[in-house]
Amino acid sequence: MKFSEKWLREWVNPELDTAALVEKLTNAGLEVDAVEPVAGDFNGVRVGQVKSVEPHPDADKLRLTRVDVGDAELLEIVCGASNVREGLKVPVAVVGAVLPGEFKIKKAKLRGVPSFGMLCSSKELGLTESADGLMELADEAPVGEDFRVYLGLDDVSIDIDLTPNRSDCLGVAGVAREVGVLTSTDVCQVNCDEVKASSDKTFPVKVSATAACPRYLGRVIENVNPQVETPVWMQEKLRRSGLRSLGPVVDVTNYVMLELGQPMHAFDLDKLNNGISVRLSQGGDKLTLLDGQEIEIQPESLLIADDNGPLALAGIMGGEQSGVTETTHNLFLEAAFFSPDAIAGKARAYGLHTDSSHRFERGVDPALAQQAMQRATALLLDIVGGEAGPVTEVLSDKDLPSTASIHLREDRIKRVLGISLEAAEVSEQLSRLGLALTRVEDGWQVTVPSFRFDLAIEVDLIEELGRLYGYDRLPETRPQGTVLTSNITERLTQLERLQNLLVDRGYFEAVTYSFVEPRLQSLLAEDDLAPIKLANPISADLSVMRTSLWPGLVQALVYNANRQHERVRLFEVGRVFKGDLDNIEQERRIGGLIYGDQDAEQWSEKAREVDFFDAKADVEALLDVTGGDIRFQAETHPALHPGQTARIYKNGEAIGWLGALHPKLQKPLDVNGRVYLFELSLPAVLLAQIPEFTALSKYPAIRRDLALVVDEAITAGQIEDCLSAIDSDILKSFQLFDVYTGDGVELGKKSLAMAFHLQHGERTLKDDEVDALIKTVTDTLEQAVGATIRS
Amino acid sequence: MAELSSQLQALEEITATARQAVAEAQDNRALDDVRVEYLGKKGKITAYLKQLGNVSVEDRPVIGKSVNLAKQEVTGLVEQRGKALAEAAMQAALKAETVDVTLPGRNSEVGGLHPVTRTLQRIERYFRNIGFDVAEGPEIEDSHHNFTALNIPETHPARAMHDTFYFDADKLLRTHTSPVQIRVMEENQPPLRLIAPGRVYRCDSDLTHTPMFHQVEGLMVDENISFTDLKGVLSDFLQAFFEKPLKVRFRPSYFPFTEPSAEADIECVICGGEGCRVCSHTGWIEILGCGMVHPNVFEHVNIDSEKYLGFAFGLGVERMAMLRYGVNDLRLFFDNDLRFLSQFK
Repeated sequence: MKFSEKWLREWVNPELDTAALVEKLTNAGLEVDAVEPVAGDFNGVRVGQVKSVEPHPDADKLRLTRVDVGDAELLEIVCGASNVREGLKVPVAVVGAVLPGEFKIKKAKLRGVPSFGMLCSSKELGLTESADGLMELADEAPVGEDFRVYLGLDDVSIDIDLTPNRSDCLGVAGVAREVGVLTSTDVCQVNCDEVKASSDKTFPVKVSATAACPRYLGRVIENVNPQVETPVWMQEKLRRSGLRSLGPVVDVTNYVMLELGQPMHAFDLDKLNNGISVRLSQGGDKLTLLDGQEIEIQPESLLIADDNGPLALAGIMGGEQSGVTETTHNLFLEAAFFSPDAIAGKARAYGLHTDSSHRFERGVDPALAQQAMQRATALLLDIVGGEAGPVTEVLSDKDLPSTASIHLREDRIKRVLGISLEAAEVSEQLSRLGLALTRVEDGWQVTVPSFRFDLAIEVDLIEELGRLYGYDRLPETRPQGTVLTSNITERLTQLERLQNLLVDRGYFEAVTYSFVEPRLQSLLAEDDLAPIKLANPISADLSVMRTSLWPGLVQALVYNANRQHERVRLFEVGRVFKGDLDNIEQERRIGGLIYGDQDAEQWSEKAREVDFFDAKADVEALLDVTGGDIRFQAETHPALHPGQTARIYKNGEAIGWLGALHPKLQKPLDVNGRVYLFELSLPAVLLAQIPEFTALSKYPAIRRDLALVVDEAITAGQIEDCLSAIDSDILKSFQLFDVYTGDGVELGKKSLAMAFHLQHGERTLKDDEVDALIKTVTDTLEQAVGATIRS
Repeated sequence: MAELSSQLQALEEITATARQAVAEAQDNRALDDVRVEYLGKKGKITAYLKQLGNVSVEDRPVIGKSVNLAKQEVTGLVEQRGKALAEAAMQAALKAETVDVTLPGRNSEVGGLHPVTRTLQRIERYFRNIGFDVAEGPEIEDSHHNFTALNIPETHPARAMHDTFYFDADKLLRTHTSPVQIRVMEENQPPLRLIAPGRVYRCDSDLTHTPMFHQVEGLMVDENISFTDLKGVLSDFLQAFFEKPLKVRFRPSYFPFTEPSAEADIECVICGGEGCRVCSHTGWIEILGCGMVHPNVFEHVNIDSEKYLGFAFGLGVERMAMLRYGVNDLRLFFDNDLRFLSQFK
């Protein structure tokens, strides 16, 4: 809601300067977004009248004018505007004037002809963003008067960002009422007395959609003159509220809307056929709106129609064909109450948002239509003349919102706000808001006026009391209540631990969008199931929900690689989205990538590009935080190198992938060089085991090393599986410490060097039991994987 | 006696050459040779002792004593020299092993947490310390939890103001973390204290809006929770977050799911309330929205609004991070530029 401060002060004039007034409004919940001067910073501009216009001897587009600015002599001014004409009243910047932008007006010669000032456009004076020629002033503008004084330009536009519940302030009258309450200042009322009919002309109105339109007022005004100019004071108020002048009839309806908050509409009566019908549409009809666009009317839209079809989208926008033009002679004026439910969402469904729909969907005082009709009639008769007929009202009382009667309890005020308010203060504050109070045993019974339909339940009143008391005056307290402890289980490791681990291993955490480009996604996806699509994406490259963290991470890699980062390690934690809309999985994952050299460039070691086992080390470290039975199994993933891909299992369940980006994807993804990617299900990784102590042996441990020769195809994992299956009390652990092929090892075979650590819990091991165990190991491996001992 | 004195003279000569030899030994090996030469089984001093048989009985104690003294002296000298040589060797080795300690160590680089995570962790830690739990909820939500249960019915203008990403008529990307309140209250009865951090989405992208950002929702429900408690808890939190005493201002506002509703402003942390570009010259920065849980919300989750009261708040994580670290462009949070990320270690 934007309005001029002067306009507001015509209604209510508290002894506060602009800044204090603005602060008052903001602190009361009517947040002031902007305060802007209504004109540029200028002086030395007067109202002038063009007395004569002659051609310029040396320039086709320039004219020589003689202008009366109230001085004894006329000023000779050269002007290039096309609308300059004899008799025109315009703002004139005289010599010595300073226009916005520190533009000083001096005596000048234009193509050899001296010029003593400048005729101004509204743009040059900072009144409008653009202008088409000189600003034309009303015929009665007093020649010689200072232009700022004439238009009252020492004024500001105040723009309030109203919350949706305060539609009662979508008119200057409502803001004034609020300021009156906030500052205990009297508020004027405009005259909305009945304008007596001077003709008996009516136009029939039939309302079938009474729930959507409980009240409809219509009035005929005949023989108007729509060619007159809207008075300057009205044009200026409209302009300061951000509206353009669109002819006197529309200006009056807009003015009444801004003043009282009641949207209105004027039809050209001669274009209406056999009476107005307010009804819901069946759909299928077309209508060309005032803004020129043709819409197809959706079913269940509230329409103003006549026998020929729809005339207007009720409460949203009128139709072009029935609108008022310069040739209109007879008006049909509408002021109605459309219920918020009938309008809300409807304008948006047509891609429209109008001042009217904005008000109706938030709610308009249902009692306001009558006043607005009288006010608009009076203004119209003043400006465009004509004879008004009687007001036709179609009312469905039962469909009008009922005024609330609310039980307000004293102790509830205390419980919600945290402080007790004096009974006298409660009744004084609420009365000032226009509410009627009756004292009852535990509080009050409160009746709400129709303009505050946002007040419907007890807490609405408590909020008003808090607001008027001043949130800042309320003390700060610390809650008293049940002591609760945060619920942290050792069975789940904190995510922070994993994030810190990766950070300590040199990774930076990325945060990428949860929606990605479909092509990128499909290149990196694990399967070809369709991703979940947004119905209204912000752009095509952010249009499907990610099924993996990799698309975002690869994009971040490319972004950085393109900025000369040769070594990149990134990880992300976030949800991925799978399934269909009836059954959506939104699993949290932790994923990462490494690229470039393993170590940052440095002086002491030879640079080495990252490989599979660097990435695997990071994944193993992550998994080692929570333990469990972890396996890496060679499998294939469409986005990964078929020979360097591991699926990761924890306690038998597949929990993620690790591998090299498939070389064939490097080009389409715009990646140069090897990238190793991993991604793990976060809940699976966080699942921890609670440590279980085993006694430490006091007896010496023995290490035996074996060199095993196996086929190259045998994996370390297979050997590990065999060894893990050996049932022994004394084999504590084993580890692989060398893998060798080449001299001394048969082609197609490899030699694995392994260490075995043996220990007994209660005594020193004997040689024969050590030998027996080693024999079991070699026998097992020989049987299972054909291993032989290398001597 | 002449014989005795010449005997002693000879011993003194041997001892003198031994002294010299010890002093001249340049390493352990040479020193050991000297030791063997004089003190070994066939050494010169040992040999001298062996020919004591030729000495008269009365002279024997004198010469014997002298020989022992000489032996002790040379032994001592060898030891001393050995230590000196060892010390010199150590010094030489240390010298040889001296490094340029100003050269960088190997692989010392650590990465960094995203500033949003860093900020979230600080917020979470604060609220855990005062007994709040951390709750999570889905990011693809249904309109019931995102709107209806939060007292934003189908036709409410607030729905249009949310710039929602939709999948179909019902499913959407949550526009705020508030639906987590609903999910928690559906499953649990008060007393409740929780925060719900996470990603939220709005169909809006320009200089000051990204289509995805982070919020933290907070909820406290108990039998006696009032608006003044809300002020206290949030004011304490804001001081703790910025680690300085800050003016906090509560202004009436409107959210369908709270009443009374408020917006909290803090004194601009950039200019200290003097007025600057960041605070649009007002001296205040809008930092969060909050209010008392609306009775209609309690009704949707079957909590008795007569018995229980509660407050809720929601704050924008990127905004908190921007103010805390002086970041001037929201979009930097999602570019993942390492030059940006590496500033947060």
